[in-house]
Amino acid sequence: MTGLTPGFADPALDAQASFRAVLEAMSRPGRIQRTGSSLHLPAPLGQATAAVLLALADADTGFAHDAGAAAEAWLRFHCGMPLVPAGEATFVLATGAPPALATLCQGSEEEPQASATLVIQVAGLAEDEGWHLTGPGIETEHRLRVDGAPEGFVAAWAANRAGFPCGVDVVLCAGDRLAALPRTVMIAEG
Amino acid sequence: MAVLARADGEAIAALLAPLPALPPHEKLRPPETGLVMVRGRAGGDGAPFNLGEMTVTRCAVRLGEAVGHAYVAGRDKRQAELAALLDAALQDPARRGALMDGIIAPLAERQRALRDADARRAAATRVDFLAMQTTR
Repeated sequence: MTGLTPGFADPALDAQASFRAVLEAMSRPGRIQRTGSSLHLPAPLGQATAAVLLALADADTGFAHDAGAAAEAWLRFHCGMPLVPAGEATFVLATGAPPALATLCQGSEEEPQASATLVIQVAGLAEDEGWHLTGPGIETEHRLRVDGAPEGFVAAWAANRAGFPCGVDVVLCAGDRLAALPRTVMIAEG
Repeated sequence: MAVLARADGEAIAALLAPLPALPPHEKLRPPETGLVMVRGRAGGDGAPFNLGEMTVTRCAVRLGEAVGHAYVAGRDKRQAELAALLDAALQDPARRGALMDGIIAPLAERQRALRDADARRAAATRVDFLAMQTTR
């Protein structure tokens, strides 16, 4: 338990700001949002990753991760989420290679909202280059470059999208920047 | 912790003041007030049921390497923070003795005296039914 650091300085307002960032990111897939960057975090957690989980995860959301003991202690102290196998988790955090999308909770036709949200920590995010994104929330197309994107992600994403309304949503975090890929978005490599 | 949980914030602060000051602490979780569901069992071993919710204030602080936690009944944030701070400080063997003698022992003594006084007041009104029968 040593080395624990505080969470949000103002739990209500900071969590609302993080929620807003995720909401904007989900509404405009491929547009990069910023969260605050004042948290002191155990490695390998990034500012945006921690802000997203502090805002969204709680005792009712199963959690799976690959981030190590220090990050687990920190997240569980502040969020109090139960640890469950990746296939049952509501939130899955991947700081290294993420699990295959198809192995995560997909939701059901009756309850598509019960599917998993995968938070992936990547090396960098940039707009106006890289992937071509189209779909709801995008007028013509958005472009997003993801440095350190998982291997074969675009093909796996096409399969994920084919299962609509079921499927996994992805939040990409790099430092204090985040972008989201809701299950409705189409990705073309360019 | 039971002693600290029953003491009020002002009393802890008053006893803490004359002692050598503790180093600054960091609030991991600032004092916050919420509700917890209290569960009971009918007759002590029956089916569990929800008795009701009670107000609880919790706090966690870090003092050097030690982490102190406190959950106290009511909405006294000062008490929760001081109890968490003392929980952390009492983990340090160098400070433990002075704190036990200076804070915990007097508080425990005060609480015992109050409990005894209450028990005596209640005992004075006790009715001995057997004695009533024989005097009739």
